[in-house]
Amino acid sequence: MKKVRFTQFDGGMGFWVLLAILGTVIAAGLGSMYYMEHSGHWVTGMSNQVVWGMPHVFAIFLIVAASGALNVASIGSVFGKSMYKPLAPLSALLAVALLAGGLAVLVLDLGRPDRLIVAMTKYNFKSIFAWNVILYTGFMAIVGVYLWTMLDRSMKKHSSKVGLVAFVWRLILTTGTGSIFGFLVARQAYDEAIMAPMFVVMSFSFGLAMFLLVLMATYKMTNRPLGDAVVLRLKNLLGVFVAGVLYFVLAYHLMNLYATEHHGVEAFILRDGGIYTNLFWIVQIGLGSLLPLALLYGPTGKCRAWIATSAVLVILGGLAQIYVIVIGGQAYPLSLFPGYEVSSTFFDGVVNNYQPTLPETLLGLSGIAIALALTAVAVKVLRFLPESLGDESVDSEADEEAAAAKAHA
Amino acid sequence: MSEQKHPDLARREFLSSGAKLTVAGVTLASGVTLYTAAQAKPAEEAVTSKVRWGLLIDTTKCSNGCNACVSACNEWNGLESKGRPTTDAQWIRKVELKNKSTGMSHSLPVMCQHCEKPPCVDVCPTGASMKRADGIVLVDRHICIGCRYCMMACPYKARSFVHEDLENQRPHQPRGKGCVEACNLCVSRVDGGQLPACVEKCSAEGHNAMIFGDLNDPTSAIAQAVKQYPTRQIREDLDLNPGVRYQGI
Repeated sequence: MKKVRFTQFDGGMGFWVLLAILGTVIAAGLGSMYYMEHSGHWVTGMSNQVVWGMPHVFAIFLIVAASGALNVASIGSVFGKSMYKPLAPLSALLAVALLAGGLAVLVLDLGRPDRLIVAMTKYNFKSIFAWNVILYTGFMAIVGVYLWTMLDRSMKKHSSKVGLVAFVWRLILTTGTGSIFGFLVARQAYDEAIMAPMFVVMSFSFGLAMFLLVLMATYKMTNRPLGDAVVLRLKNLLGVFVAGVLYFVLAYHLMNLYATEHHGVEAFILRDGGIYTNLFWIVQIGLGSLLPLALLYGPTGKCRAWIATSAVLVILGGLAQIYVIVIGGQAYPLSLFPGYEVSSTFFDGVVNNYQPTLPETLLGLSGIAIALALTAVAVKVLRFLPESLGDESVDSEADEEAAAAKAHA
Repeated sequence: MSEQKHPDLARREFLSSGAKLTVAGVTLASGVTLYTAAQAKPAEEAVTSKVRWGLLIDTTKCSNGCNACVSACNEWNGLESKGRPTTDAQWIRKVELKNKSTGMSHSLPVMCQHCEKPPCVDVCPTGASMKRADGIVLVDRHICIGCRYCMMACPYKARSFVHEDLENQRPHQPRGKGCVEACNLCVSRVDGGQLPACVEKCSAEGHNAMIFGDLNDPTSAIAQAVKQYPTRQIREDLDLNPGVRYQGI
């Protein structure tokens, strides 16, 4: 493996401008949170029918992307691909930062965020939500140790073992996140075992898209070399993950379409759901999956700008996918009396309305800003980034194969 | 001083005498009348699983347009509308049903179904959603963090989130902004030997469409009724064994 030198960088004006922009978004998010908590949630688009709204879309996206962002490090330390090893510190850092951003949004949207300590000290072990609290904090701790093994020479010998623990933990974590929906027997759109593995593959895709963008942006802003060897391998991998998510989405809908009891919710999402149908077909499938696949594997696949565009599209498609799952799944009415037309003062039997409001959206966006600000500050003050990721500085596939053959002999 | 009774004792005696007086007459069918008398539980006595509180709703007696149970619930529990139906708390609602193929219509109240295996209790991360030994499902407002996962999990859409500041709270029914709440079968009334407010009102209005009582007591009106007449549970497919049952659908 080629020798890699990690350094912090001298930010200059650009760094402070970036931090000021992110700080403004974070301040707007905190202001929104104060407004929502002070007035009560009636000022949001959420209601007794759609109880989870825009903040949850962002929070779940960030939590899912967090575990996926760690994949790059895992490919290096668990699967022994040496090209990925120089990327591992940034991968682990981004994973922690994205999780922190997602959790901040989730906590700040609680009805009683002041009772966070209750959530941390009282556990109902039958609740997958409680398990998620443990999985999130455990992830933070394990990835923290993983980073320590990467940044401290004396700890380096433990890196691959800790990396394996982190990899297994992140798979369990995303299984837990998917199970939040998979375990909901009440609603037609959920209650599916496939939710857990689907969320795992979603995390691969969203996390890598975030990583690729942060990597490309950071190297561009710091004028450090980033070669095609790294970028093209990562974009090929992103394409595989996008196709993987499509496969799970297809399997989920085919299974639902087979069972008559799910025809109603499928017709709602796929055909009659208005905004949810449009988000599904146009944003999630069209712009967020098929177009990136075409861009990544077509003649545009070697162009940095198109690769970055694809990553942005994957992220937008991912947000749309989670919006459709979380809010579309609640908008479709619960089936209490199959075979009956139902009406009540509590909106039984009708498609529930949800209009996201500005404060909710700002709170959600502030989660992304928190993640990016944490990452920006960390790479400035700590040695996370290789000075060069140029083609001459990283192991190519040929180098890796040669090393593997030597080890085998 | 010596004649002054301990406040708890005085309260208990009062509740006990109230319980002895609380007798609800219930007409099940023409010529068949059953009576149930709820007994006050002494305050220091823990609830036990020997009792399983339940509610039987006869939809053939529940009339379309009658909202007496809903207004009684709102009045007793201090649920005031803010004129925002999507966020106003509703612990009980009247649901109008019309069979799509036959056109047969029903009107019935839906509230927390007090499941034997409540999904809201399963999913609650802190244990704030809980089931008492006697089958009443409650929210502990001291440890509810307002995550709303229970609302996602409830198959009956029975729960409400307190979306705004509260005024005119009832001393017997403390509520909390930012917490989730639902029908608790008027637990303070039941513990005091009274009927839930909705049941009392339905009876007072002469409909007698609701029977409240102990499903575990074979002599109770509700236990005899569910033994004698066919009854249904909403979402029977989930096998949650709700304490609320329906007759006539």
